[in-house]
Amino acid sequence: MIGPAQDLAFSLPHFGPELVLVGFALSAAVIGAWGGERSFRPLSFLGIVALLVAGGWAIVARPDAPVAIFQGVLVVDGVGVFAKALIAFAAAATLALGSDYFGAAKDRRFEYPVLVVLAALGMFVMVSSQDLISLYVGVELQSLCAYVLAAWRRDDSRSSEAGLKYFVLSALASGLLLYGASFVYGFTGSVRFDAIAEAVAQGQGGVGLLFGLVLMLCALGFKMSAAPFHMWTPDVYEGAPTPVTAFFAAAPKVAAVALMARILYDPFIALESQWLQVVVALSAISMVWGSFGALMQTSLKRLMAYSSIANMGFALMGLVAGADAGPGAALIYLALYLPATIGVFALIMSMRRAGEPVETIADLAGLARKRPWMATLYTMLLFSLAGIPPFAGFIGKLVVFQAAVAADLAWLAVVGGIAAVVAAGYYLRILASIWFSPAAEPLSPASSTVMTMASAAALLSFPILIVALGAIERWAAWAIARSF
Amino acid sequence: MIAQMADWPLLTIITFLPAAGALLILLARSMQRGEDAGYDRGVRLLTLLVTLLTFAISLVAFAAFDPSLPGYQLVENVPWAFGAGYRMGVDSLAMTLVMLTTFLTPICILASWVIEKQVSSYMVLFLILETLMIGVFCAQDIILFYVFFEAGLIPMFILIGVWGGERRVYAAFKFFLYTLLGSILMLVAIVAMISIAGTSGIPELTAFAQQGGFSENIQIWLWLAFFASFAVKMPMWPVHTWLPDAHVEAPTAGSVVLAAILLKMGGYGFLRFSLPMFPDASAFFTPFVFVLSVVAIVWASLVAFRQVDMKKLIAYSSVAHMGFVTMGIFTGTIQGIQGAIFQMISHGIISGALFLCVGVVYDRAHTREIAFYGGLTHRMPVYAAIFLLFTMGNVGLPGTSGFPGEILTMVGAFQVNAWVAAAACLGIIFSAAYALTLYRKVAFGVIENPKLNTMTDIDAREWVQFVPLIIATLIFGFAPSLLLDYTAVSAQTIVEQFGRAAP
Repeated sequence: MIGPAQDLAFSLPHFGPELVLVGFALSAAVIGAWGGERSFRPLSFLGIVALLVAGGWAIVARPDAPVAIFQGVLVVDGVGVFAKALIAFAAAATLALGSDYFGAAKDRRFEYPVLVVLAALGMFVMVSSQDLISLYVGVELQSLCAYVLAAWRRDDSRSSEAGLKYFVLSALASGLLLYGASFVYGFTGSVRFDAIAEAVAQGQGGVGLLFGLVLMLCALGFKMSAAPFHMWTPDVYEGAPTPVTAFFAAAPKVAAVALMARILYDPFIALESQWLQVVVALSAISMVWGSFGALMQTSLKRLMAYSSIANMGFALMGLVAGADAGPGAALIYLALYLPATIGVFALIMSMRRAGEPVETIADLAGLARKRPWMATLYTMLLFSLAGIPPFAGFIGKLVVFQAAVAADLAWLAVVGGIAAVVAAGYYLRILASIWFSPAAEPLSPASSTVMTMASAAALLSFPILIVALGAIERWAAWAIARSF
Repeated sequence: MIAQMADWPLLTIITFLPAAGALLILLARSMQRGEDAGYDRGVRLLTLLVTLLTFAISLVAFAAFDPSLPGYQLVENVPWAFGAGYRMGVDSLAMTLVMLTTFLTPICILASWVIEKQVSSYMVLFLILETLMIGVFCAQDIILFYVFFEAGLIPMFILIGVWGGERRVYAAFKFFLYTLLGSILMLVAIVAMISIAGTSGIPELTAFAQQGGFSENIQIWLWLAFFASFAVKMPMWPVHTWLPDAHVEAPTAGSVVLAAILLKMGGYGFLRFSLPMFPDASAFFTPFVFVLSVVAIVWASLVAFRQVDMKKLIAYSSVAHMGFVTMGIFTGTIQGIQGAIFQMISHGIISGALFLCVGVVYDRAHTREIAFYGGLTHRMPVYAAIFLLFTMGNVGLPGTSGFPGEILTMVGAFQVNAWVAAAACLGIIFSAAYALTLYRKVAFGVIENPKLNTMTDIDAREWVQFVPLIIATLIFGFAPSLLLDYTAVSAQTIVEQFGRAAP
């Protein structure tokens, strides 16, 4: 048994990425308090740098085998590194969007980069947690930042409503998480994942343990907005400022799915036949509900909320493959989903007419004639989200279908396929407005940040993907091989 | 020179040359400032040149290809991710369809000369569409095949929706969602096949299936999933309803591409996948397909008879002609399959030409209503003669390319089931009825509608677009062996692969 001092000395280097985020968040809070509005842009820039450094550090310092740190409270392993890189990338991208948006809107409160980075820190802890306490701390840190961000526009009733709604419902989910965790602890006698895994493998726990697991899965389903725990999503997505919505749609999804993969495949892998039913149900309901729910939406942000619900259903399908194949399909799906969703939100964010933000499908009418390149970007990104080849989303669907078929759940793939056709219907509605409708009053030109981000996302979704796909596949395989 | 070029990755060049042209146009557009008529003309010319060049290179590939050898030629293979590879290769069946595509696309571009709205977007989409259509026939990896197969929906969706007729948005949605629903089921089946066989190469999958790798029970499910996709694409009765809408609303060149090439993907799919990979299930479902085919032939012909819109009439006649193709394919006899392939090529030429004929009068009078016309022989004698030739081809008059395909599929069907052949015969009679009625109403008689007095006969551009089609119709009509000998080995292979199923 090594002492606390040696443990700390051993653990801190492995905790580098998180320390970068902590360091930035704490110092930025102090600098911002002195600098006020003037420090918004520099701090945003530094926040992006800090996130990219943290993500890069996680990749560079990746271990060859899982390393337990802080006496086994956290772990650094393949899935953790994979998820951290995605989270850092997504958070940095959305922070850049936010800096652009709030900068233009003259709403330059320095807390924005601080909160985004702190939320990313919470997600880092989530995806590397190795016991129930650190899991809860990570989830709560992420959620608390998210509540504040959702209510960012205090003087706007919809934004305040979004924040309050998110807070109340999310607190309920956190309660479920804690309640479930207490069951797990009570029936296995430990909060540590390795001890839980041992107890589960020996068949301890029985119904009580199962009860706890299901409660925890429900809570995580809430955090990732999987149906039937999705009710908050459309309202919060609509009410929150668009860059915040983009943030919600990207990084926290990765964290929640990666955390769910960790829980299912690490401590509870012996209960696979039990949790499989829960995951399959969440997946099927999310895909169907997300697809049908979006059909009647006119607001792009609400529509994207349903789109993210459906996409989470597909990501969950990647978790059903079972112990042999592992949750790699879900990771690949998320990696391919992120660029498209961030790109679409960048474009939605840029929609302004005479200085006022607009966000309905009708506002896009005739875009193809006024701004052909922007219309092309929309087309590529939305077809990617719809899963139409040759775009990235198609590869994602292919991979999760493979996972479902490998688990003898071909029917789930068929449900997903039919949901994808319904979903294609509403993506086509947007595209029909862009391409087929007579031109509406033109939108204001988008900023160069937005166009760069959206172009990068679109190019990532198709031509670059051809080259990068092999790398993503190897990377996910590497991550799975060095986890659990 | 040609011998050297045979070593190049010819199929990749043919496939992606149009896409490269599209990229060029996009680059030019990003540099262009403001409206400029000369720019539009340049874009049209560039597109025409690119498609002609593609056709020229496909002729080289045609020359380098030896139809007397079985198996795939001009093979290219680059490994990719998830076990899939970028694999290209053609047999004589695929080669003929590639030739059909590269041959018809320049004609479509000529027919699109009248497009005035968003010219560069139109041409870009058309070039991308050509890339995807050629890719479907060349792909040797089932995932790559699926990528090309389904990606083709995107440009077609936009082409119909932006440049189509009055109900274009409805037609575009219907086209896209219908075909997507069919093909997504195929995707699940493809995933299942790869998981069972452990490979995604089409030759390997075929070999695996031929050794009995897929049990009969699994074959049935896989066959149904593939059928869902190809039947919609074909289109077979009763899932054909997207076709009349899409045909009617699409711009002329869009209708040509739809009828001449996109529909052939269904027949190609049956021949490439359903028969060789699921022979037992194909045999099991043969009566089912026969019934659907005969219903399509008879019923669609009757429906065509009652149409008031020229394009819709031709669209229903396409459904009927595709009925001959599916009937021929599932006879599993050499005559049936040869006839089906012949019918696909011939229908590509003739129905394409008929849509162009409609386009000619539509461009002048802006209506497709049959009752609007009458007596066109007086004002447009040359046009009337050309229209007559293709009408006769559509009826299946001996001497045109329409005849050998129909007679061969019927001979094939007669060997398997005389009743099916007899019912299909009825369809030929009906086809004469509707096609000749259309011609009589449009071309014969006296001009009663004063608006027709200003109609002018076809101009030089339209001459150029019809001449190759006329030549092809007559050549294949008088010398069908040119095509039949070419595809003989492929057809024989498919017959053997299918024959292995029957106990």
